[in-house]
Amino acid sequence: MACIEARGLRKAFGATVALDGINLRIEEGRILGLIGPNGAGKTTALNAMLGLTSYQGELKVLGRNPWTERDQLMRDVCFIADVAVLPRWMRVSQALEYLAGVHPRFDRAKAEGFLARTTIHRNSKVRELSKGMVAQLHLALVMAIDARLLVLDEPTLGLDILYRKQFYDSLLNDYFDRSRTIVVTTHQVEEVQHVLTDLMFINHGRIVLNCTMDEFDGRYVEVMANPEQAAKARALKPIYERQGLGRSILLFDGVGREQLAAFGEVRTPSIADLFVAVMSNPAAQGAGL
Amino acid sequence: MNRQGNGMHDAVAAAPAVAAATRPLYWSVRRELWEYRSIYLAPLILAGVALLGFLIASIGRALTTSDLVQRRTVLEEPLSFATALILGAAFVVGMIYCMEALHAERRDRSILFWKSLPVSDLTVVLSKASIPFIVLPVVSFAITVATQFIMLVLGTLVLAGSSMDVSALWAHASLFRESMGLLYHLVTVHILWYAPIYTWMLLISAWARRATFLWVALPPAALCIIERFVFRTHHILALLEYRFSGPKEFDMSMSGDAAGHMVHSNLVGFLISPGLWIGLLLAVAFLAAAVRLRRCQGPI
Repeated sequence: MACIEARGLRKAFGATVALDGINLRIEEGRILGLIGPNGAGKTTALNAMLGLTSYQGELKVLGRNPWTERDQLMRDVCFIADVAVLPRWMRVSQALEYLAGVHPRFDRAKAEGFLARTTIHRNSKVRELSKGMVAQLHLALVMAIDARLLVLDEPTLGLDILYRKQFYDSLLNDYFDRSRTIVVTTHQVEEVQHVLTDLMFINHGRIVLNCTMDEFDGRYVEVMANPEQAAKARALKPIYERQGLGRSILLFDGVGREQLAAFGEVRTPSIADLFVAVMSNPAAQGAGL
Repeated sequence: MNRQGNGMHDAVAAAPAVAAATRPLYWSVRRELWEYRSIYLAPLILAGVALLGFLIASIGRALTTSDLVQRRTVLEEPLSFATALILGAAFVVGMIYCMEALHAERRDRSILFWKSLPVSDLTVVLSKASIPFIVLPVVSFAITVATQFIMLVLGTLVLAGSSMDVSALWAHASLFRESMGLLYHLVTVHILWYAPIYTWMLLISAWARRATFLWVALPPAALCIIERFVFRTHHILALLEYRFSGPKEFDMSMSGDAAGHMVHSNLVGFLISPGLWIGLLLAVAFLAAAVRLRRCQGPI
């Protein structure tokens, strides 16, 4: 069963089109990275899925219409919008009490267990916690909810490297169990590359790339061509070329590794490199659709 | 009131082992009391001030007055003063609360957290409306009655110390009758009559991006001014005054000697007055609009 299904999803703010007729289908048990430049429509897409904004077109999340059934949908969906949305006046103990009181799938003991691993004091107010601790608290609350879909919008924005690493580690080790679905947007793509099972690029309100990470590894190859070989390599029509350390780095879509190995060192590109390639080369867009 | 009922059933059917009983409306009201402690602190503090004033001024005066009848009057006076102080505080706190309630959560972005939980917009708005309509009247009633009781006990001690018959004080200012009058006043004026005031403020707090108070006051003020210059009349201003000052013609609660039939005729008169029903209709419309706005609004 599809966790999220959209057909012709459209949203405009005045003259600005944030979502320009998106079609997508996200199966259950996937970890999808939604990557795009600022203003590409990522957050609008997530907001539509979470029932935070109205939209045109068809959208079903876990079989429900998010705009009209947000409260029921939120029994099965969790989201962390960004690090600073927990109410600052609230005490940690109050957050636990409140969630236990309103959420049928919240396991208080589990949340207490996650919190015990941190230095967060039960009696502290959110405003007294550091940014990293607030993120830890929010993650502990969310991971204690037995949800089917978790949506993370820039969850690690403004956190230091230690907290960021810890965040994704506990998400993978303590939460993800292959029956849940996770959708994450982030600008720190290198940190999620090993976490994702699916990748989606979005730009100007359209999906410009959509593939699984297995496809990604199979299809995209980067070769560091020696200067004398560069011209030959270019004949194979790379989707992007950049210069680095005196050599040409060429990115290919669907060209065999063996064939490319003749020109120089071959490797799988990072998501960030492919992102730059796709965003700066309109010809490469639509690849994988 | 609890719209979660149906949804609960679905959740239980889907995962009988995990789903726990939830009370979203109850916990949403608790949440409001965590965030806005002035709801009970402000009336408590004013009750404390009234008691302190009573101890210092009234008892002092009573002890220096040689005329016993006058002494009794001096001890009774602060009772209604304390009541007015506490009810006034509750009214002001209620208005400030309503102007904040649906605005603060958008201002501090916490609306994104609240909306990530299975609590409907209707439950949220009802829980916020319950503060001026249920919580504040109950709180101010309890605090007022307790304050009056303490004052009477203190007054009794003073009178007893001067070997005067104390039963007159208790008979004259019957605590029970005072309480019933207070209850009548709270229900008719603070809940039913002020309903459109509170709900208008809730609506604006859900709508305005900033300067909630300005948007609360501006439309009625503009209407008054336009009416003044175009028609040279003051009907809207008079209506507003009437709304804020309360339906005095039906309110006998503050005079302690209301007889049974008086209460009855006043109540009937109040219940058939168009002002009451127009106000209540407006209140329902404002609340419904606030629920719709809560769904569309995000952080500001």
